[in-house]
Amino acid sequence: MNKRRPYVRSMDGWWRKNPFFVEYMIHEGTALFVAAYAGILLNGLVHLSQGEAAWNVWLLGLKSSWYIGFHVLTLIALGYHTYTWFKIMPRTMPPVVVGGQRLSAWAITGSGLAVAAAAMAALLGLVWGMAR
Amino acid sequence: MNATNATNAMKTTTRKRSNAPIFWALFGAGGMLSALFGPMLVFITGIAVPLGVVLPKDTMSYPHMLAFAQNLIGKGFIFAIIALFLWHAAHRIFHSLHDIGIHAGTGAKLLCYGLAMVGTVIAAYALLAIGF
Repeated sequence: MNKRRPYVRSMDGWWRKNPFFVEYMIHEGTALFVAAYAGILLNGLVHLSQGEAAWNVWLLGLKSSWYIGFHVLTLIALGYHTYTWFKIMPRTMPPVVVGGQRLSAWAITGSGLAVAAAAMAALLGLVWGMAR
Repeated sequence: MNATNATNAMKTTTRKRSNAPIFWALFGAGGMLSALFGPMLVFITGIAVPLGVVLPKDTMSYPHMLAFAQNLIGKGFIFAIIALFLWHAAHRIFHSLHDIGIHAGTGAKLLCYGLAMVGTVIAAYALLAIGF
């Protein structure tokens, strides 16, 4: 063991000291819900491949209040992911120049959110149309 | 090092190509897909269908889901959703490890991307087992 004990400032909870980093950690944290939801769907897919009885077990499981509650949380997390994904987009994509003017950040975010809203409405409509 | 040596060094050393763009592309694709459809998918599979609201009660019945998973477009959609959600989450979680004070080395990388890879293989296997 080294006799010198240099002071090393603890980094514990560094992100809690600044609202900007708190937001950053929350939007990065949505990935946990994306992973969990993909896991739930993957589990369902495996049940589907095992036949009707297995599928119905999985389907019935979704009705438990734990699952419903978890899906409500996941809905909030993924909704926040959608919002932040397009909010960050002006900084993650190359600049778009329209008519010699750089497209404003809000134009990019706004159109991204509009496309997402349209995509989700189309998805719901498609599922509704296929199911009836 | 003079100019000639530098040129020679550049000629003789073959630089290892970074694999980062592959993981980043998967992260981006999964992030975009989950931003566009994620919240609505969670609402459909996790809330509307289990509670029997908004959509017809048999929306996710075995015959419906089997037909969807046997359809080539349906198969592709299921595979893209599960696999890309997993790769998106794996990448984001891996890069957030440092932020919460965990050293993100080769082991962590193997674990994150490895789990996404395992999930991808299971999804592909189940979709093939379901047939066409």
